[in-house]
Amino acid sequence: MSQKITIEPVTRVEGHGKVTVHLDDQNNVSQTRLHIVEFRGFERFVQGRPYWEAPVLVQRLCGICPVSHHLAAAKALDVVVGAGTGDGLTPTGEKMRRLMHYGQIFQSHALHFFHLVSPDLLFGIDGDPAIRNVIGVALMHKDLAVQGVMMRKYGQEIIRATAGKKIHGTGAIPGGINRHLDPAERESFLNGPDPLNIEHMITWAQGALDFFKGYYKEHKEFIDNFAQFPSNHLSIVRKDGALDLYHGVLRAVDNEGNRILDDVDYQDYNEYIEEEVRSWSYMKFPYLKHLGKEKGWYRVGPLARLNTCDFIPSPLAQKEFEEYKAVTNGKPNDMCMHFHYARLIEILHAAEMMKELLNDPDLLTGELTTKGARQPEGVGVIEAPRGTLFHHYRVNEKDQITMANLIVSTTNNNEPMNQSVNRVAKSWMNGHTEITEPMMNAVEVAIRAYDPCLSCATHALGQMPLEISLYDASNNLIDKKRT
Amino acid sequence: MNDKIKIHIDGKECWTTDGTSIIDAAKENGIFIPSLCHVDGIKPAGSCRICNIQVNGRNMTACSTPAVDGMHIESNIPELEEMRKAIIEIMFVAGNHFCPACEKSGNCELQALGYRYQMMVPRFPYEFPEKGVNADSKYIYHDRNRCIMCKRCVRGVIKDGKHVFAFNSRGGENLHIELDTELASQLTEAEALAAMDICPVGAILKKERGYYEPIGERKYDKEPIGSEIENK
Repeated sequence: MSQKITIEPVTRVEGHGKVTVHLDDQNNVSQTRLHIVEFRGFERFVQGRPYWEAPVLVQRLCGICPVSHHLAAAKALDVVVGAGTGDGLTPTGEKMRRLMHYGQIFQSHALHFFHLVSPDLLFGIDGDPAIRNVIGVALMHKDLAVQGVMMRKYGQEIIRATAGKKIHGTGAIPGGINRHLDPAERESFLNGPDPLNIEHMITWAQGALDFFKGYYKEHKEFIDNFAQFPSNHLSIVRKDGALDLYHGVLRAVDNEGNRILDDVDYQDYNEYIEEEVRSWSYMKFPYLKHLGKEKGWYRVGPLARLNTCDFIPSPLAQKEFEEYKAVTNGKPNDMCMHFHYARLIEILHAAEMMKELLNDPDLLTGELTTKGARQPEGVGVIEAPRGTLFHHYRVNEKDQITMANLIVSTTNNNEPMNQSVNRVAKSWMNGHTEITEPMMNAVEVAIRAYDPCLSCATHALGQMPLEISLYDASNNLIDKKRT
Repeated sequence: MNDKIKIHIDGKECWTTDGTSIIDAAKENGIFIPSLCHVDGIKPAGSCRICNIQVNGRNMTACSTPAVDGMHIESNIPELEEMRKAIIEIMFVAGNHFCPACEKSGNCELQALGYRYQMMVPRFPYEFPEKGVNADSKYIYHDRNRCIMCKRCVRGVIKDGKHVFAFNSRGGENLHIELDTELASQLTEAEALAAMDICPVGAILKKERGYYEPIGERKYDKEPIGSEIENK
């Protein structure tokens, strides 16, 4: 391969996607690759910085889900300051962080579904690109667009109230949190004027789910079969098997539902997960060590989480979960477009969890931080909107970080995204020498299902920085399109 | 009453005591003259030059020049304001001032002045210094790359009569302020915190204290720098 990736001054999250497709002599797809251009600088330049800076510094990786990095780093450093491995914080510390996290899940999922995905559903994969975007949704489905904006706003306000800012706050500190929830804000979140109150959010979350289920009923074949393939699935789950996006133990299942990893303390993640480097991508390829590179890769994110957990600890989401599981007779769900279904169930769960937390008096009073015997290293894992996120730091006796390792959600989904691209390319492009716009969008629809932290996952006014190159068997470039 | 003197700052009639520095006299009369090296209770150094004012057309530093009866002082004039902005920009490019992750953000005087002077992008190229950090003492993390050489710490952080901070490599390109690790290790936690407070930027950090003040409750979240004088 003569493909070269140019490093640009882009952050890890706003990297650009590039897909290459190779054809054989019969113009059939022989190889596909999703290239991610991103620069993993943070792990290096955080070295030497004082450890308490990491949750604030490293969250700058991302402007989309900084809360996840903020909390994963803080969780790792909880271990360093002796505040336990995820369950040692004060009630106020843990609950404020959980509220922040569920606010993040809520706003991020809402953004993804309403603004990034709904154009594909409302206008079709081959719909007119001029309207198949968020502006098209705003013009033709105003209610949906407004719901998306307002749900995102509610989640962002939750983040501001717990972290200090909507993006890149400072709330979580090693060993706890730096503030209580303001009582007036709590009242507003619970009982504020419509639509910005929690009951309205729950109603809208349920409505979005109902909308998808209606769509699913009418487009069952597409939703079930588009980029469907078997895989392993990994996430953290609560000790008792419940869905828990903030803390738990590592669990992985194969496509038959067999537990291939269970009840693993994520402090030991290094013993179970390896990252493979491939020359053509700056994104690594994680896999489960004991299964090897070929069979050990896995999916993360909403689809994986609803495959690994046994139940959802909130009533409305649990009811939906049971209906969702019935689609596959309780077996793991391998259908790519069901990511959206699972994501919408998580939105509902996040709304229910926010309601429960907002009614908890521990948010208003109580000790904010705790600490104990100092430890030389710590691992923090959290279920970010896009999947399992690992932060690992070593700290010397002078309080300086000496090593950082991050495995971000999108990295975990690297191999599955490549598999998805391959399948879509084969089914849409085999035998073709010209790339049409719907073909390109089909590839993007598959990538988009994972909600990757890439700008190519957006529909921003039709300017998606996804580039597709088509090569013949002699490695000649025969077509190239950039959306 | 005999030691009261009258001066004029930007045309405003001001009264002060004989011998008072111009910067303090201005403060007494509700006029803010910005400075980064001046701090109450410590002998002035005139090192940052941000408090430059003009007395009878001549540039002086307001922190180290005593007010004299009948003085006519210009401070808030375009020429000086532009010079102050330029000095602030020079300080930003001469150090690694990464506000987004600096725990002094919101309490940082350099950042606050950057906002006051509406600095958007520095007109000078970044120097990206590599002066290193000193994390060897128990309570202080000293990041030399953020130092603006104001000498506040050199003048104000004293332990048992000895200076905890001092200039190093004078005359060379690697001029920097050095922390006496042995002496710094004798500082109490409270003294280390006071050292952090005396630093106008994030060069001196008290270990294990990051981000305890929530956003919204930091000093300059509440009111911009200078407003505590101007709104008095």
